[in-house]
Amino acid sequence: MVNHLMISLFVLLPLVAFLISLLIPKGRENSFSRLAFVSVSLQLVGITGYICYWAGMGMHPINIRDWVLYNNGDYRFLLDFYFDTLTAVFLWVGAFITFLITRYSRFYLHLEEGYKRFFNTLLFFYLAYNVTVVAGNFETLFLGWEMLGIASFLLIAFYRDRYLPVRNAVKVFSIYRIGDIGIILAMWASHHLWHENISFIKLMDKDLVSEQMSMHGGIGLFIAICLWIAAAAKSAQFPFSSWLPRAMEGPTPSSAIFYGSLSVHFGVFLLLRTFPFWEHQPTARILIGGLGLLTALLAYPIARVQTTIKTQIAYASIAQIGIMFIEIALGLQTLVLIHFAGNAFLRTYQLLVSPSVVAYMIRDQFYHFMPKAIPLENSFSKRLAYSLYILSLKEWHLDTLLNLVIFKPIKKLGRKLDFLTPKNLFRYFLPLFLIGSLLYFNQDFASEISRNYLPGLFGFLGLMMVFKAFSERKHPRLALMLVMANHFCIALAVAFNETFDYNQTLIYLSGVVVSGVIGYWVLERLRNKEKDYFDLNQYYGHVYEHPRLALVFLLAALALMGFPISPTFIGVDLLFSHIHEDQYILAAFNAISFIFGGIALIRIYARLFLGPHIKNYHTTALKSS
Amino acid sequence: MTHGVSSGLDKVIRELAHYLPAQSPLKDFVHHNTLHAFQYLPFHQALQEAAENFGYKVYWNIENFRKRYHEKKINAEILERVILNHKGADELTHWKNLLLHQPVKAYPEPKVGQIRKFWRKAYHLNLDKEVHQVLFRLVSSYLDQGIALWRFPAKTKGFLAAIRELEKNSFSTFIKSKRARKLLLDPHTQLEDLLQLLIGNERYHGQYLFDQQFAHPGWSGMVAVLEQNDSSLLDKRKISLKDLIFLECLLEIDALDRRRGESWAALAAWIPSDLPLIFDKLSYSEFFEIHKLWQEALEWTYYDQVIKGLQLSHEADFKEEATFQAMFCIDDRCCSIRRYVERFEPEAQTFGTAGFFNLPFYFQPEHGKFMTKVCPAPITPTHLIKETESKIRHEKDVHFSRHTKGIFGGWAISQTVGFWSALKLAKSIFFPSETPAMVSSFKHMDPKGKLSISAQNHKHLHQGLQVGFTLEEKANAVEGLLKSIGLVKNFAPLVYVIGHGASSVNNTHYAGYDCGACSGRSGSVNARVAAAIGNMPEVREILTKRGILIPETTQFVGGLHDTTRDEMEFYDEEILISANRLLHERNKQTFDTALDYNAKERSRRFNTVNSSQEARKVHEKVKKRAMSLFVTRPEWNHATNALCVIGKRENNRHLFLDKRAFLNSYDHRIDPEGTYLLGILKAVAPVCGGINLEYYFSKVDNDRLGAGSKLPHNVMGLIGVANGMDGDLRTGLPLQMVNIHDPLRILITVEHFPDIVLKIIQIQKQTYEWFANDWVKLVCIHPESKQAYVFKEGTFMEYQTATKGIDTVQNLDELLASTSENLPVFLIS
Repeated sequence: MVNHLMISLFVLLPLVAFLISLLIPKGRENSFSRLAFVSVSLQLVGITGYICYWAGMGMHPINIRDWVLYNNGDYRFLLDFYFDTLTAVFLWVGAFITFLITRYSRFYLHLEEGYKRFFNTLLFFYLAYNVTVVAGNFETLFLGWEMLGIASFLLIAFYRDRYLPVRNAVKVFSIYRIGDIGIILAMWASHHLWHENISFIKLMDKDLVSEQMSMHGGIGLFIAICLWIAAAAKSAQFPFSSWLPRAMEGPTPSSAIFYGSLSVHFGVFLLLRTFPFWEHQPTARILIGGLGLLTALLAYPIARVQTTIKTQIAYASIAQIGIMFIEIALGLQTLVLIHFAGNAFLRTYQLLVSPSVVAYMIRDQFYHFMPKAIPLENSFSKRLAYSLYILSLKEWHLDTLLNLVIFKPIKKLGRKLDFLTPKNLFRYFLPLFLIGSLLYFNQDFASEISRNYLPGLFGFLGLMMVFKAFSERKHPRLALMLVMANHFCIALAVAFNETFDYNQTLIYLSGVVVSGVIGYWVLERLRNKEKDYFDLNQYYGHVYEHPRLALVFLLAALALMGFPISPTFIGVDLLFSHIHEDQYILAAFNAISFIFGGIALIRIYARLFLGPHIKNYHTTALKSS
Repeated sequence: MTHGVSSGLDKVIRELAHYLPAQSPLKDFVHHNTLHAFQYLPFHQALQEAAENFGYKVYWNIENFRKRYHEKKINAEILERVILNHKGADELTHWKNLLLHQPVKAYPEPKVGQIRKFWRKAYHLNLDKEVHQVLFRLVSSYLDQGIALWRFPAKTKGFLAAIRELEKNSFSTFIKSKRARKLLLDPHTQLEDLLQLLIGNERYHGQYLFDQQFAHPGWSGMVAVLEQNDSSLLDKRKISLKDLIFLECLLEIDALDRRRGESWAALAAWIPSDLPLIFDKLSYSEFFEIHKLWQEALEWTYYDQVIKGLQLSHEADFKEEATFQAMFCIDDRCCSIRRYVERFEPEAQTFGTAGFFNLPFYFQPEHGKFMTKVCPAPITPTHLIKETESKIRHEKDVHFSRHTKGIFGGWAISQTVGFWSALKLAKSIFFPSETPAMVSSFKHMDPKGKLSISAQNHKHLHQGLQVGFTLEEKANAVEGLLKSIGLVKNFAPLVYVIGHGASSVNNTHYAGYDCGACSGRSGSVNARVAAAIGNMPEVREILTKRGILIPETTQFVGGLHDTTRDEMEFYDEEILISANRLLHERNKQTFDTALDYNAKERSRRFNTVNSSQEARKVHEKVKKRAMSLFVTRPEWNHATNALCVIGKRENNRHLFLDKRAFLNSYDHRIDPEGTYLLGILKAVAPVCGGINLEYYFSKVDNDRLGAGSKLPHNVMGLIGVANGMDGDLRTGLPLQMVNIHDPLRILITVEHFPDIVLKIIQIQKQTYEWFANDWVKLVCIHPESKQAYVFKEGTFMEYQTATKGIDTVQNLDELLASTSENLPVFLIS
């Protein structure tokens, strides 16, 4: 009972604090900071006390089935909490650092425009952190994981009236979501592997795991690779590293807590959490260790050539996380936990004192300056050194690489549908969808073979629509409708697959329809007000004049992308459970379109509402600043 | 690098350098007029020019004016007066209506940046996006002063040469296209050639360079500054704006080649012939006219009270003899500490003068590898003061160590020191204390060290500088100092010479917090040297001959006031004769009390401190604040400055000026011809005017003329700050320095006869420009009749105040604790 109560509290307390913080009116600095400080202090005391209690009881892992969100007999979606050493360490370190940072930010943010926004987001982040850390199954973890992504977007784009923070926020969000494809597919595959939404505590059952693995080695490896990708993206490992330094756009304490310490270690957390699952797969261990090694080797020289203090710390931290990956692969779990905590504390402190570096180093130089020697005469070693230097300055092309491999081709594909406009979309989409529906209700029309291809076909159709939405430059409303259309395609594609309750489709689509209509209404309103500044070609910063529309649109977009404020969130998992074990392609189509739909929506939000305001009657920053 | 480019382009580049922000690297941060390039124009015209060409917002947003008007913080009578003066009685209603009710309008589109926009139109290319990141990274790696662990590997004798060397000898290159590489490696390539490729019409070359460089004014400005003054880098780098431009043009060609291959041509074909050119003649604009009227109404609302207040002075109230005398810096932060010293020792006299105390020199602390300049920025000293026997050692902090960034070092350190960081962070958040990372004004010089004040040997030169001063030089300096502040008789037993400095932590702009008259350093050495010279018998002998008789029992004591912590230390106290030692102990108590109250007064603007508590308690909290990592405003520095009063202290001692005034002591009777006045004005106009205008522009356009919020700032190469990873350097003041500042031009009041002042200000053209073009406002107060005269269009005109009387404040402490707003002028009861 104590366990149940306490562990639930670790999630509930931040949730309540976050909700209250939304209600406090702007401008009341003390109320925000006090609320944040008191709730996080309570949390820290609670966690410390509970850890002592739990340690006294013998440190047995505890699992709590907390709340069944959906149950239709075959399928249950439940919030599941779990507490073990890993949870304890992450919970405590998180609470301690957040405790310090809230206190720090209380003064640091004084008189700042977005004081309220900052504390809202910070508490939201903290909620997401705790949900992820105490998650007892993949579903709960994914819930926290998604919230982290949004919190991260909002903190990077904290200075939403400047160009670079907004651009980088979208970039980081995109990379995060690409990592999320891994989690979605891992969830899907593990659902088939275990025939239920497996809880982490069951993974501790070594016999069960090894028995399953011996039977389904392939799917086991698939899951491991999915997790590996998700972890790499979240922890800025190769080839995703370049997002971390670019995330240093918010106020220093938020960079410190997010990118210096807590958020960036979630890849490590994910791997540790699922360790029992892949520990007997040598391939997975080699992949993880190898990735860590590669990242450490690349990040080290990059850190050495950085001329800005925050990016230098970022790359140094990436290198250390690479080493943590190696340690994980070697099975040194305790060491990893120590390493994580130490690295988190060290980088937090280094980032917080980063402005002091000027005075400190200049003084140091003043008293100890030694002119640099240029020793390289030998031409080959000189060439090597110069090449390494330049490559490191270019971050080994990591930033351009992702663009080249992922985003450019997708945009190219999307451009193939450039003939679509908001007006003619229905002309193309409705007939297709009607034919699909017709076929669905009269499945005898279609031959057995073509029926096998229909899910894939509609999955692909949805994917293309999302790609178009992602690359759309002119019509925001079109992009929004395409994302909605994609959801319908997914629903149809899965519906072809097996016969199941309409209610499930309804759960999935209800969120899509409601939020889609709201989003459309906002765009329509904005278009009426700002006719000349309404496309996706550049950033317009309409939040300056229309903050309410911006907020409503953000919420609608979140709901539409299946964020856990709409039933679509459960619907996604539900629908995925109807994709068969061998339909990798359909699963991949759906996962990718689901993920890119989210990116496309955030892109609409960012381009219309964020960035330097287009109007010239008040001060705006230069794009380069 | 010289390319032998024709004078046309060179002229453009020189002009460009002039218009770019002229801000030195952080360690040498000195306030200056942000729009110095427009100073040849009258203020309002210059502002319009700057706005229309460069897109700056040059006035406060009109909503702010209107709000202040409705709050009665802009005097309605004065607003009408301003409109009447400029527009005449017939137009009064019309203009008043415009000012109060015209809907908010947008600034005109700036002319700079128009040509570059055509790249997007022509080739769907955002060249900024293609080029900036690489350019910033290269220039920042080249200039880096010690953040990067791996220094720039090539020679640093010239930027372009270094990049050439890198590109030539590397397997991986930044410039990829064949043509661009050839152009880079060919030493005969001229900038014209590149521009011909890019633009192809000489008419637009100059403006294109403006477009290009003003897309990242921070880096370009830094390069332009370093080209002129490479001594502000400890680790020397040779660089020129032309090299930067050359490289940027090459990168642009490279980007175009990579993206468009053969299918692009010079941009000129796309430029419409009626494109407005930069620096075209301005036309009349109602928009700017409205702002101008508001601005003047705001200013005169304040000026008017001040003038009235100064007219109410009554110097006969004060005794000629004093228990002690104390010289402070002219700085506005000394305005309040002087008030408190006088309050707790009414018999004391205080003086204000530029805080280098008429002693310009370089200072080299023991073990220092370099010299620091400690005098106003425009002066180039010829003397050096060396320190010996210093005991100051600077502590190290492992968090700045390079090992934390390595693989193995990082591994070991994060698992050991990492946990200590957690404790350290917790401690510094809840119990702030001194750390090696902080800047302390008291660490500038060891009070127990020895200074080479006297020149041992005339010929003894150190790097071209004379070590120490000769007897003659010493006597001249002290004579100048004493005469300019009007202290030539009635010497008290103790005369304090108190410099000032500041302490802060986590503050990249720390240099801006120290004494501006000492080039952004603490004023301790100057104060100590000035006092020591004043005590030398041989100097006094000469002074006596020149009519300044300093009694043998009078002793000078040097000191330093830390304006952030409100602490003072005194130097060479052991030389005091026993009678003075007793007096000094008593005076120290006066100073201590004054410091407590000064801290309390300052605390009303701090959100972390409850200002209504007892002074001593508040002071303890203020001290802690200065050492707190999370405090972004350790002190408000020059914020709210609006005034510079030149005259006898007795004539402004009765006024409460709310820390808004620079106070320079000056006695016109000693200086009937205005010789010393010229010296004062020569320094005051550019220094106080520069400070004031930097605050003005950073306030009205914090996004482009200021540095924006400092919270996300990232230190670049130890020379500047930028946002995020790839941002341009940010110049000007951060938002956190100007929150409470009201954008008023500074009013300089001089107590002398108008004809003398008029003659004096015209002697030096540079100084006169400040007054003639209205960048600072000048008012002369007739010493006998107290009539005020405003300097306007080349003459002094009589001014009648609208203010009828000034209220007397009964309980100042209570009033101060009750509000954090700017306060009007009061009479002190």
